[in-house]
Amino acid sequence: MTAVQDTPVSRRLSSVKHIIIICSGKGGVGKSSVAAQLALTLYVSSADARIGILDIDLTGPSIPRMLGVDGSGVHQSSDGWVPVYADASDARLACMSVGFLLKNRGDSVVWRGPKKNAMIRQFLSDVRWGDLDYLVIDTPPGTSDEHLSLMEHLSPVHDRLSAVIVTTPQAVALMDAMKSLSFTRAVKLPVLGIVENMSGYVCPCCGEISNVFSTGGGEEMARREGVPFLGALPVDTELVSLLDAAEIVPKEGSQLPEAEQRGFGLARRYQETPSGKLFKKILETLLDTLLATERRISSN
Amino acid sequence: MLAVQQPLASVPDPRSVPENAPEHCPGTESELAGKSAACEGCPNQDVCASGTAKGPDPALPFVRERMTQVNHKILVLSGKGGVGKSTFAAQLGWAFASDPDVQTGIMDVDICGPSIPTILGIASEQVHTSAAGWSPVYVQDNLGAMSVGFMLPSSKDAVMWRGPKKNGLIAQFLKDVDWGALDYLVIDTPPGTSDEHLSIVQLLKESGIDGAVLITTPQEVALQDVAREIDFCRKVGVRILGLVENMAGFVCPNCKTESQIFRPSTGGAARLAKETDVELLGSVPLDPRIGKSADYGVSFLDEYPDSPATSAYLNIIQRLKDILGDP
Repeated sequence: MTAVQDTPVSRRLSSVKHIIIICSGKGGVGKSSVAAQLALTLYVSSADARIGILDIDLTGPSIPRMLGVDGSGVHQSSDGWVPVYADASDARLACMSVGFLLKNRGDSVVWRGPKKNAMIRQFLSDVRWGDLDYLVIDTPPGTSDEHLSLMEHLSPVHDRLSAVIVTTPQAVALMDAMKSLSFTRAVKLPVLGIVENMSGYVCPCCGEISNVFSTGGGEEMARREGVPFLGALPVDTELVSLLDAAEIVPKEGSQLPEAEQRGFGLARRYQETPSGKLFKKILETLLDTLLATERRISSN
Repeated sequence: MLAVQQPLASVPDPRSVPENAPEHCPGTESELAGKSAACEGCPNQDVCASGTAKGPDPALPFVRERMTQVNHKILVLSGKGGVGKSTFAAQLGWAFASDPDVQTGIMDVDICGPSIPTILGIASEQVHTSAAGWSPVYVQDNLGAMSVGFMLPSSKDAVMWRGPKKNGLIAQFLKDVDWGALDYLVIDTPPGTSDEHLSIVQLLKESGIDGAVLITTPQEVALQDVAREIDFCRKVGVRILGLVENMAGFVCPNCKTESQIFRPSTGGAARLAKETDVELLGSVPLDPRIGKSADYGVSFLDEYPDSPATSAYLNIIQRLKDILGDP
């Protein structure tokens, strides 16, 4: 091992086992939705896994809404910022996003690079994550300030980093995903694989599968580039509604406890969606690659 | 350190902060320029403190000169990615250019993910330089385009640039591209509210932007980002021409039943438009052929004139022309 740099970020993240960065060149392909699904699937895959999800999309944070913690606030403690726990009192699913820092959710964050850089550093060094098995980082589209800053600040923990690339099957999105892949190569970030999102849509009326955004492109790209293909997720209206509304209307007469109503309920209902079932397989492949990658890194 | 409870309180006027400034730069036009704690150690501290830095960007006169020949400048914005900004920008360009007497340009300022070259079907073209500046790539006689995509050796290459470099290129797009006389310049932007957006607004301030068209999809996650974009436009003083709702409803090609892929769980764009007092220009249904046309680089409006999406697009574009006061 080479000498590990000691920085506030490395000290803070020393208790985090794996850091998975979700990226995609194109916007709106489902990075945040895949990040949220990954966190939820990890959450339900074991009874004591502790997961963190960090949203560094500073000008368009979506994670708070998707995990049903929209409107929550962050508190300061003597040991740093306390993340928002989506599963309330269980405190196994910690979230941090710039969305929690805004007074009003319609407020825009109009920042240039240097301020974004500072915010990302603070997110990495000042959030009291505690012990985490996985930290999932959701990024904005592109390959610019946020990504460069992230890689810079995470360089002391580079051996625990890996990335997942999300794309949709259209040529336009694949082209941008390819740029993201070039980026990961340039910064020597191991890629766990490619997820093809919005791959086909099942008509709820007649069951006909329409390839709204074409299909198969992600798998093709993975094969061409020698990157594992993690799986394809169809457009799932149940999932869209679940993550979009992300609030549970309790059934009449039943009084659900707080934890049930929020994070836990979300995770349970997520498992029942078609995507939730498919994502289990994706997670298996992803964890296999993760282990293989880490074995390779540690043996070097 | 940023106060957790009020992260925005200390944000300076974003238009006056240089791209390569220290983290808490007060902005060159601020009273505190060169005098605040953050200025310690900044190589430009003396310049700022002397007050000479308050002048305008040196690129501005050149941009103004170039833009005198452009009649209407329209921004296509959205806080969210993948909602159809570039597709809309391209359809808008094609629709304007369907009149052979109208000269149209499309400028793609999405530096990290340029889609315009593919959507217009000119992905393999290159930019040529002449004495008059960079020549745009022409799709047809009266429709030119400029994008960073024309400058990369391979479409696989990632542009890993921080803000200042991106801004430099945007300034060049505005002052060095030989557009000639244009009736419309449609500017396609990346998602978000950051460097690219600030730069374009700053650089075009003197020449005047006619307004921005905001694109959204019906889900709440997208609407939230678009609400932020509306806030941005109001902060920087860009007129909002209206809101377009994309991917609203999907008609199954088999059974013709309409279903909502992206369900408007909170009232969709109509509610947002009402709440923020912005005109809803129209809703475009999701047609798989739109995405396909974009991948093949053909005009959706010309290929599928009978699609409900085509008529929705055309109505929106007609309404835009009315707002801009054109026949």
